[in-house]
Amino acid sequence: MIIPQHVGPIDMVAVIPYIAIICVLAFVLLLVPGLVWIERVVVALIQDRLGPNRVGPRGLLQSIADGVKLFFKEDILPANVDKMVYYLAPVLVIVPALAAGAAIPFSIVKIRLDSGVVEPIPMVVGNVNIGILFILALTSLQVYGIVLAGWASNNKYSLIGGLRSSAQVISYELAMSLAILCGVFICHSLNLVDIVNHQGGYWFGIIPKWNVFQFYGLGAVATIIYLIAMTAETNRAPFDLPEAESELVAGFHTEYSSMKFAIFFMGEYASMLVVSGIATALWFGGWQPLFPFLAFIPGWIWFIGKLMTFIMIYIWVRATLPRLRYDALMSLGWKKLLPMALVVLFLVALVDTLQTPSQPVGSHVAQGHLAASMVIGESQR
Amino acid sequence: MALNSDQLNTPSLNADGIQIDPIEDSKMVINMGPHHPSTHGVLRIVLELDGEVIIKATPHMGFVHTGIEKEGEYQTYLKAVTLTDRMDYVSASLNNMAYTLAVEKLLGVEPPPRGQYLRVIMCELQRIASHMVWLGTHALDIGAMTMFFFTFRDREKLLDLTEMMSGVRMMPSWIVPGGLRGDAPEGYVERVKKVIDELPRRFDEYEILIDQNPIWRERTQGIGVIAPEECYSLGVSGPTLRGSGVPHDLRKAAPYSSYDHFKFEIPVGEYGDVYDRYRIRMAEMRQSREIVKQALENLPDGPVNVDDRKIVPPPREELDHSMEAVIHHFKIWTEGMHPPVGEAYAPIEGPKGELGFYLVSNGSSYPWRMHERPPSFMNLQALSKMCEGRLIADVVAIIGSIDIILGEIDR
Repeated sequence: MIIPQHVGPIDMVAVIPYIAIICVLAFVLLLVPGLVWIERVVVALIQDRLGPNRVGPRGLLQSIADGVKLFFKEDILPANVDKMVYYLAPVLVIVPALAAGAAIPFSIVKIRLDSGVVEPIPMVVGNVNIGILFILALTSLQVYGIVLAGWASNNKYSLIGGLRSSAQVISYELAMSLAILCGVFICHSLNLVDIVNHQGGYWFGIIPKWNVFQFYGLGAVATIIYLIAMTAETNRAPFDLPEAESELVAGFHTEYSSMKFAIFFMGEYASMLVVSGIATALWFGGWQPLFPFLAFIPGWIWFIGKLMTFIMIYIWVRATLPRLRYDALMSLGWKKLLPMALVVLFLVALVDTLQTPSQPVGSHVAQGHLAASMVIGESQR
Repeated sequence: MALNSDQLNTPSLNADGIQIDPIEDSKMVINMGPHHPSTHGVLRIVLELDGEVIIKATPHMGFVHTGIEKEGEYQTYLKAVTLTDRMDYVSASLNNMAYTLAVEKLLGVEPPPRGQYLRVIMCELQRIASHMVWLGTHALDIGAMTMFFFTFRDREKLLDLTEMMSGVRMMPSWIVPGGLRGDAPEGYVERVKKVIDELPRRFDEYEILIDQNPIWRERTQGIGVIAPEECYSLGVSGPTLRGSGVPHDLRKAAPYSSYDHFKFEIPVGEYGDVYDRYRIRMAEMRQSREIVKQALENLPDGPVNVDDRKIVPPPREELDHSMEAVIHHFKIWTEGMHPPVGEAYAPIEGPKGELGFYLVSNGSSYPWRMHERPPSFMNLQALSKMCEGRLIADVVAIIGSIDIILGEIDR
């Protein structure tokens, strides 16, 4: 569908970022209750039980009812907490998750400019030229919320949960950043819109040129590393050690009640959406259709469809796998994922160098290792 | 006023005048329980931690002490059966069984074969149900949430069988001194057959879900190892003992209630870790199913109770036309039975280990002393041994693997 630039007095090009803001906010905030419902229904399906079915049709309004209930619950402030930090922590969890959504392009609209040229405009709040870096910076901020919540709660279980979380997120951020770097190498850009655009087109007219299929299987390996690391980043099963119910009661949010608890809860789901959004945009071609003959389906449906696939994987994994132990989590992160990511990055850089003859051989490899050492240096600081 | 280092390191006395060790700076003491999701009830474990590594784990118990043993001295022998249900509430029939065997030992009677076989069927079905509760909660503690719902779904079918027999799902009190409260209802055998035919498929389903799962293996293998010698000295029994490679099962070692009529194997472990104990209970569920199957096939006809009106009340029909029956009925429900003076200890193989009742009779219709040997209580003593040097996450795996029921520990 091609939209003219001026609909009445409205300049569509100028308005699109605002529409995107509304879409992202509404998407994240409205989808979170929906996600909770989806998760409960799907988990119930896997576990051979009914799941929510009392409030509304098929229990659809259950999450809303839970939200209302949480809203009216007493907001308990435990004795001897560090008040400032205690109140700040939930904010630090949800704000980065929402802000990170700003750099994820979720669709594209074609606009016929007044000059007659048809220009595709991405639906994204801020088309940042270092979009990926921006998102990485924000998602790593989230861990502060968890650590501070654990610290401020004046509760030993919360403290252990917070400590676990900081160790976990730092360890997996390395592998995640290196995997993302592979994607950046494939597309030669840090801008997510460029990255998605780069993934258009098909080999033999049928295999999409998504990053996951690029570079002779290296893209797939990097994707798997990213998917594992993103699960760990969002503290979801089987990496849900910070809030391991059977060990730490509820981990970092044990002492939180009412809306503050709800905000932690929403923050977790919002960051799930964000990392799944990155996965979609970076590896699975964002709004690009799977097959050329399916191009008639609008881009945003493709985007949401792919994103929901990741959410389903999240839920499936949660219902199936036991929880990892702390030391195994660390050894998986440092001894398996990180070396694997480094090797993949090196190979991706090598392949990239060989494919781009204009560049002197080795410059890309050197760049890759510079970038890698920057990432590691950043995390070790 | 800030404490100086000398004050921190000298032993101090608490309010009760008990000497408490000074806590070093690097140590953290946390209370796991009594309100904690994975202590399986109200167990409190005081953990001394160095980071996440456990230096010392001290279980504290007694939060649900109900005084059942003392209460048993104020009930007639028949009425005390209902108290035993409340001890290990996930395998109530086996408690009934152990208590009943002790009373029967005092009385010197044994029920007819049909009664014994029906007891075996009830007990083995309860053993499977108990192991299902164990598997579900153990897996839930380790994070495999789905297992909990699978096992509880299937346990429901076994509880339905108990309900069909006794009218109660969890507290049947159906095994009583002298036999059973009544014969199996019509259609019971067929229904049990139907349920146990389905079971192997369920067991396979559980094993597919976690048996080969690398995370499950990593969480359970090499964790909570205990050597046979330590088991002997701590009095550990049941699957926890067999996990350490000791093929000791009272159903074979000292057969009761015609267990010697059935063919079954005693699964034993090799390393004595959490995984071995898990494998043993999984194998035991299959073995129990075999026993039930054999018992159903060879279920003898005839009465289920001993033919002694001083022990077993007369059937309802007789009350309508026999004065003698009415008198017996009245006497047994008001006064109870009178075992001869003496003492008896009857151990059985419970789902958690050696479950024994010790009764002392002074010739009256009330026991002079009633005491239970609770397997969970003995097995729990191994907890601190198993936990030393492990992580917090291992504590929940270990608690799960020794399968404790707090109702039995605190009594």
